[in-house]
Amino acid sequence: MLKGKHTWWFENRPVITGVGTVVGPDEGEGPLAADFDLVHPELDMQQKSWEKAERLIMEQASDFAIQSSGLQKDDLQFYVGGDLMNQIISSSFAARDLGVPYLGVFGACSTSMETLALAAQLVNSGSAHHVLAGTCSHNCTVEKQFRFPTEYGSQKPPTAQYTVTGAGAAIVSEQGDGPVITSATIGKIIDLGVTDPFNMGAAMAPAAVDTLTQHFNDTGRTPADYDLIVTGDLAGVGHPIAKDLLARSGIPMEKTVFNDCGLMIFDVAKQKVQAGGSGCGCSAVVTYGHLLKRLAAGELRRVLVVATGALLSPLSYQQGETIPCIAHAVSIEGKG
Amino acid sequence: MSSKERQQFKPMSMSAKEYKSFAQVREPSRSIGTNCVKAFLVGGAICTFGQLIQNLYMTYLKMTETQASNPTVATLILIAVILTSLGVYDKLAQWAGAGSAVPVTGFANSMCSAALEYRSEGLVLGVGGNMFKLAGSVIVFGTVAAFFVGIVHLILGTGGQ
Repeated sequence: MLKGKHTWWFENRPVITGVGTVVGPDEGEGPLAADFDLVHPELDMQQKSWEKAERLIMEQASDFAIQSSGLQKDDLQFYVGGDLMNQIISSSFAARDLGVPYLGVFGACSTSMETLALAAQLVNSGSAHHVLAGTCSHNCTVEKQFRFPTEYGSQKPPTAQYTVTGAGAAIVSEQGDGPVITSATIGKIIDLGVTDPFNMGAAMAPAAVDTLTQHFNDTGRTPADYDLIVTGDLAGVGHPIAKDLLARSGIPMEKTVFNDCGLMIFDVAKQKVQAGGSGCGCSAVVTYGHLLKRLAAGELRRVLVVATGALLSPLSYQQGETIPCIAHAVSIEGKG
Repeated sequence: MSSKERQQFKPMSMSAKEYKSFAQVREPSRSIGTNCVKAFLVGGAICTFGQLIQNLYMTYLKMTETQASNPTVATLILIAVILTSLGVYDKLAQWAGAGSAVPVTGFANSMCSAALEYRSEGLVLGVGGNMFKLAGSVIVFGTVAAFFVGIVHLILGTGGQ
């Protein structure tokens, strides 16, 4: 059901019945390591290419999700997936092995919540009983595609972010045991003229603010209605900017806990990740691994995840284009 | 939800120009001073190390200064390639910045890292086609710069010395 302008209200309360999270070695050294299903000790994961490694973690995360929901692959009606690679090859190739009807989407790092929102909408509308939503990113595939060869000695500025190696998948079902998806606000593209691909946090912050404002206005909720609001991957530079922008709009964020997945997944002070984490996998593994566990344990009752994405390509920024950004918000509540 | 009075928040409105200055004061500054010092130290250390190698060739292999220069460069390239392959060079570069990028070792690193990265796409289109992806522009603009310096040299009539 549409609520307000751009928010879906899921009155049939679709449930997340299973999740899977797989991460790489750096995330395994981070503070949330214990929340993930599998931590790979090596970045190459004994695969012949980085791309194969990324595909592998997507498949493994999907398997964990299916397993933990107690379903079989055949029970799934659809798989909604996406990633950062050109032509979203990681998701499409994972879908090839999965054999589930597949909808590929691209929302850069906002893909985590874009796929979850779409899955929830499919289930809520009665178009499916069980849908798998998933996304992944790999530090080296992203370095290779968007920046420089992984071993190239370039100095990254302090505003740069470290792409998370990780894959997260969730099964959204009509009913069952688990946290409930209650609403999703779909964001519009906001571009305030940032051109530096090493400063994505600042580029994406206004998109997060826009979607958050829209979410509150559409639902009538305020920050106080949430135990925790997290942005996807604004990290050390973008998150404080978003905070200040929200304060400027008079939104009382001090009434909730406002954090960022890119700051939660790494120990930013100790690990060499510049401003913090980024990538599709960042908000996916923090949400599906960490936040859902805290919801299940009753530590949190209602959270809002605002996944942010920078919709640029290496071609567009080399041609001097600014970075169009987007954010999608999904609210998840504990069962009780 | 429902009966609660609807509070409407004002949507963010900011021009690109306004946002630029709003964001800029909240971004960590790039420490140019420290980076210059680090680059000076590491770049200088690499060059001193090169000088040491050259002196060793001259002392122990009885080469002249001219004869020793090519093997010296080759040795530095070899070391840079090994460090790149071991995954050390990029970590050094994050600290050293231009100090590890400007010497010949940086050039070797740019080619070696590209060759390693694109090996998965095959020898011809992968390694062959991408090895000069970063180094190519150094060669192009190096040649262009040499051309103009050559012209200046000719015009000023220093006699080709």
